[in-house]
Parts: sequence; structure tokens; C-alpha cells
Amino acid sequence: MFPELNNLLNTTPDRAEQGKLTLLCDAKTDGSFLVHHFLSFYLKANCKVCFVALIQSFSHYNIVGQKLGVNLTMARERGQLVFLEGLKSAVDVFFQAQEKPHPLQFLREASAGNLKPLFEFVRDALKPVDSGAAGWTYPVLLVDDLSVLLSLGLGAVAVLDFIHYCRATLCWELKGNVVVLVHDSGDVEDEENDILLNGLSHQSHLILRAEGLATGFCRDVHGQLRILWRRPSQSTSQRDQSLTYQYKIQDRSVSFFAKGMSPAVL
Amino acid sequence: MLDSLLALGGLVLLRDSVEWEGRSLLKALVKKSALCGEQVHILGCEVSEEEFREGFDSDINNRLVYHDFFRDPLNWSKTGEALPGGPLGALRAMCKRTDLGPVTIALDSLSWLLLHLPCATLCQTLHAVSYQDSCPPGDGSPVGKVHVLGLLHEELHGPGPMGALSSLAQTEVTLGGTMGQASARILCRRPQQHPTDQTQWFSILPDFSLHLQEGPSKEFQPQSDPHIPLVDPMAHLTFNLHLSKKEREARDSLTLPFQFSSEKQEALLRPRPSQATSHIFYEPDAYDDLDQEDPDDDLDI
Repeated sequence: MFPELNNLLNTTPDRAEQGKLTLLCDAKTDGSFLVHHFLSFYLKANCKVCFVALIQSFSHYNIVGQKLGVNLTMARERGQLVFLEGLKSAVDVFFQAQEKPHPLQFLREASAGNLKPLFEFVRDALKPVDSGAAGWTYPVLLVDDLSVLLSLGLGAVAVLDFIHYCRATLCWELKGNVVVLVHDSGDVEDEENDILLNGLSHQSHLILRAEGLATGFCRDVHGQLRILWRRPSQSTSQRDQSLTYQYKIQDRSVSFFAKGMSPAVL
Repeated sequence: MLDSLLALGGLVLLRDSVEWEGRSLLKALVKKSALCGEQVHILGCEVSEEEFREGFDSDINNRLVYHDFFRDPLNWSKTGEALPGGPLGALRAMCKRTDLGPVTIALDSLSWLLLHLPCATLCQTLHAVSYQDSCPPGDGSPVGKVHVLGLLHEELHGPGPMGALSSLAQTEVTLGGTMGQASARILCRRPQQHPTDQTQWFSILPDFSLHLQEGPSKEFQPQSDPHIPLVDPMAHLTFNLHLSKKEREARDSLTLPFQFSSEKQEALLRPRPSQATSHIFYEPDAYDDLDQEDPDDDLDI
């Protein structure tokens, strides 16, 4: 996790808020550093994490995780991390007979499917174990990313329904958190992606939006991060709060600074 | 105007966006109806019942009838707890209500219904629910007014469904605002009257009472943000930006060279007592050839 981002979000692994949906989106840049941040953040917070990783392999996340101070292999072995490697297990849908539907069963269906098997996989992975011996704090679902589900043939409403059920079970019932990444197509007209992004924005408590700079690529400033807090639980501060920072990604950390205050410029 | 929205009856659309959310206004209107003694039904699809009821005190909560379609709207859990017929069934059941007092139905949200139900079916059901009072039951007894408040997220729907719902609605409230102050643009279509278009500035208090304002609040100051790291650009400079008192006095007493003050005018007009006292001292070099006729002869071009 990136300590500077924790400061901006005013949170630490010990006292993170529960029952929240966090939406990560990126436009004209790669927002995957946010996924790595939250993965290491929640592992350090001693949460039980279910990671639906559809984009990269396990070893990729493991290598980056080690730079951030978490060992995914060990987390998986001790049962803290449940990792669905989409790239590998997608093939199992076709070549391995399963008793119950595979989480990615929708790949086999010709007509528009739904994500009920994936939801059931997540629910079974994160439901509290009756023995209670493990002692994880609260469950967390991380998805990287949801836009690829649209590319695989699902409709935006099916993905929204999946997140709805995840919110109902994980955020409301189990008081856990959900963090999802959606790409913003930006100039490209993609109605389904826009419905997905806007629908999730309305449901989210926190939106982190990584944008490329409007002027193009820069060596010292990799992009801009907009943070929007929505639906404050205390009704006293009705107005949503929004902040913007610029950032530079380094090997093991990300540094944030106010607009125009990059150390390279000053 | 905003506080008389409920007087008209029919369908009221609350159009909100990601930046200006509308659920607090929906809750404020629900609270108003409950305080007026109306029966209030909530069709909750987007947030949990606890979250919706949060902020209401107990006497209002007792008047709210909550139909929970948040936990299992599509019947995935197959426990049989889901309400039969789904949200559409619940809406249709409200058409056939037997009690005749005024009632408010809040749809949270209409966007969810529009994404999951065919637009035509939804519009027909909404029409049947909203205009019950125009078709009284056979025995001629008067039917109380029905208010339907629908929360609609503007960005999620195309112009077709939005247009269909607009034409069905008596009143459309579009949320917006500037500088942290929320406003509502109210478009009201009364039968046989001109449609009215007004903008009302408002804020919602923590107990979900509606506070109407004349204009954007002038006292609104952007709060100094504790999150922005205060980088002092004045730190670590290699030059001195500040003046000491002596230096400041010396600077103030300096006359500028091209300032035409009266002293300067006097000095110019007064005949000069002596010539300019500046001299140029020149020592010729060894190889210098001081030839007055051709001073540049020594240049080897």
C-alpha cells in the first residue's frame, strides 16, 4: 500500500471504514496501481480477501505485492486470500467437468448470461467460517476489472446486478468492503461501459479516478487522481467532498502532490 | 415551490446525477408526507432498509412501509423470502389498494426499475398507480391523492426512456447546483395550464428537513482543506524576499532616476556651476598607434 495515498484518504489498515463500495476508474491511463494498493492495504488490515483477477496472472500480482510488502503466496496458503485467476480458470470451464457451475460459467452461454455463479463463488469464499479460528477482521472483495466482463459478452445490467448482490451480502450483511476497477472509455462511445460506470458511481461511497494529463505524457507527472467521497454516513456533511492530486509512480511507491507542485517543477 | 411539490399528486421525477445526488431530497419529501399523516410506501431497490431509514426519527419510521428489494431482488438466494412478483408485482399491488386515504409511493430507484423492466411495462404500471384518483372505483367513493416520487439517475438512460417518463410525469425536478449549494429546477405541468419552470435553491438539514434558500449561500466559503499538503514556496530560497526596517526606509527615500520632481526641474533650469565632474582615464597600450587621422589603422583586417 502507498502511505501517501492512505494519508490522502485519511485511513490506515487499523481503522478503515467498513461496509463501503469503492470504485476505481481510469481514463487514458493505467489505474492498476490503485488495485495493488488496495490489495496490499486489506491484506495488511488482516481482512479475508477474495480477489477476482481477470486481467493478470497470479505471479504478476505477487511480484508487485512483494514490492509493497505483502506475500500473496503465503496469504493464499494460510487462507487469507482467495484468488480467482480468470486467465487460467476460464479454460477450466470447457475442459473440466464441475459438479456446480463454474464461476465463469457465462463464457459457455450463448445468450446473455448472468453472474450468479460468480456471486456464489464470492459468497462462499467470504462467508464467515463457523469455527472462527482464523480471526480475520472483515471480508473484502476486489475485482480487476469489470470492464473486461462487458467485453466477454455480458450486459451492463448483469454486471450491475452482480455488484448489487455483492454489496448486499458483503457490505450490508457482513460489514465488509468491495473495491472494483472499471475503465472509462472516454472519447470512445461505449454505452454499456458508461451505464456500468455511472451506475456504480451512484452506488459508491468513494470514487478514485486516475486520469492521464490533458496535455499528454510527462516523465515526472504520470497522471492526476481525483478523489470523490459520496454518501457520507454522517448527515451533517451533506456536500460530497472532492479533491484532485497529481501523482508519479515509482518502483515501490507512488508520490502525490498538489497540482503544479511536482518536485521536478519547483 | 419545492415544498408544494406534493400538493399536486401524480408522478414526480427526481432527476439526479453522480455529482448532485437526489436521495436526500427524496427522503426529505418522504418525511414531509409522513408528517402530513399520509401513508408512505417505499420500494427500496438500491439501498438497504437501515440505510434508508437512517436519519428519520421513530414516529416517521413507524409510518413508512418498506418493501425490501435490496437484499434479493432477482431471487438468487432461492430461500423463498423474496416478495412474490418482484418490484413490479409490488407496484401493481399498490394499484389495487383498498384503503382510500392519500398515499405517497417512493421509488428508490426508478432507474433500477427501468434497467430491469421493459420501459413500456413500467410506464403502464406507473400510469395506473399515479392516476388512480382520476378513475374512482365503482362505488363512487372518493379516492385520496396518490403521489409517486421516482428517483431517476439521469446518466443511466437514453433519451427514449427519459422522454417517456417525462411525458408521464406531472412534475420534474432536476438537481444541480454550484459551489456546494444545491438547486432544483422544477418543471411543473398542470392540466390545462401553462407549464411552469422555476429554480429553487435549497439545502437538506441533518434531520432531512427541507430548508429553502433565496439564492446560493453567500456565506459559503470553501473550507481550507486539511488534506492538501501545505508546501511553502517561500522556503529554501537562495535570495532574500524580505526587507529589514532600515532597508525599507532606504528604499522608500530613494528617488527614481526618471521621476521628474520639482527639485530636478530646478536643477536643470539653474545654470551649471561646473562641468560634469566625471573623467575618463585612458592609458594607451604599447602597440597603440595614436594616429588622429585614422584611428582604426592599427586594426589588422
